[in-house]
Amino acid sequence: MELFNLAIRSIFIDNMVFAYFLGMCSFLAVSKKVSTALGLGAAVIFVLTVTAPANWMLNEYVLKEGALAWLGESFATIDLSFLRFIMFIAIIAAMVQLVEMIVEKFAPALYGALGIFLPLIAVNCAILGGSLFMATRDYTLAEAAVYGFGSGIGFFLAIVALAAIREKLKYSNVPNGLKGLGITMLITGLMGIAFMSFMGIDL
Amino acid sequence: MSTETAQAAEVKKAAEPLLSKRRKKLISDPLVDDNPITIQVLGICSALAVTTQMQPTMVMAISVIFVMVMANLTISLLRNTIPSRVRIIVQLAVIATLVTLVNEVLKAFAFDMYKELSVFIGLIITNCIVMGRLEAFALGNKPYDSVLDGFGSALGYSWIILAVAFFRELLGSGSVFGVPVYDAVSGLFGEDFSLATNGLMVSPVGAFIILGLIIWVQRTKTGYVEH
Repeated sequence: MELFNLAIRSIFIDNMVFAYFLGMCSFLAVSKKVSTALGLGAAVIFVLTVTAPANWMLNEYVLKEGALAWLGESFATIDLSFLRFIMFIAIIAAMVQLVEMIVEKFAPALYGALGIFLPLIAVNCAILGGSLFMATRDYTLAEAAVYGFGSGIGFFLAIVALAAIREKLKYSNVPNGLKGLGITMLITGLMGIAFMSFMGIDL
Repeated sequence: MSTETAQAAEVKKAAEPLLSKRRKKLISDPLVDDNPITIQVLGICSALAVTTQMQPTMVMAISVIFVMVMANLTISLLRNTIPSRVRIIVQLAVIATLVTLVNEVLKAFAFDMYKELSVFIGLIITNCIVMGRLEAFALGNKPYDSVLDGFGSALGYSWIILAVAFFRELLGSGSVFGVPVYDAVSGLFGEDFSLATNGLMVSPVGAFIILGLIIWVQRTKTGYVEH
């Protein structure tokens, strides 16, 4: 029940895009067509679900204060948490590479669909942000996995919905200065208001 | 032959003033005409989350300026030794190191600010402006020019997020830099003239809408149209 609650919260209430502005770059750049948005969204779900638990383990057994205690008494006082940024981004880059190779080998169709989005995801702030939030909020392993998955779903929903709106938007007459980025920002704001109505829901 | 031509080239190089027209353009272009946020659509991720108040935004802006200038300088110095196949990893390592540095300094000297900015300092690593300038400029240009370019782009980024923060703090909390403006106004004109703050501006939605409007104004002024 706790986990289900966390999933709902990370999908709707603490939505990556609308509550924390994470992954905005790709959110804005890749939301012109629904089909590409679906691809990127799926890739983000995939990578977040894999990297959040992986980084959790790294944080728990290597980086945290006293995390190296399993190596012996003398290691118990070492605090490597200042290495968090570098290690997390390295793990993410490595994971993305790994996921790319596995998908290419075992699911060529999916690989074709995800295409160039997989490597791009290494520098998507939603992925790094997910890992950093997971570390600062002291989640357990199961919670980290659920949080990663839920955040991915939240990003997926947001980007697909925006892409659908932008496809329809082609037929409307937008003022010159607002075309493209401007109107997309305003639409995102309005979508954010809709998502705000989930606030305070606790299952 | 080469010594003479090399010397001539050196003299010619030295002849370019420290702030020539071309170099001034490196700084001034990203401010308006080629702004990283409003025109190039880069680095919006970490920009909006910290803009509810002016003060954290200022810290964020200074951090980004530091990281960008130093990263551009480092990559530019290393540009002839980095194999192009692994350049992304090298760039990420350099940026992550600089961001760690900023993070540790904040933790030591401004702990409240560190708590408030939480993960968003870390997210400078994935700020597309930094990577974008490294890729597009520092890998192919001399250190001094790269420093100027990084400084210009970071300034362009900074003034936009400061503008967003100004409106969000003023309309959302009724203050500027923590100074209560709304209270002062109602104090000046009496109780009848009290101004109401708009809670929407403090929420994420306010950031999207304010930035959307700033982009509209800015693009109308520069005449930039996206197709």
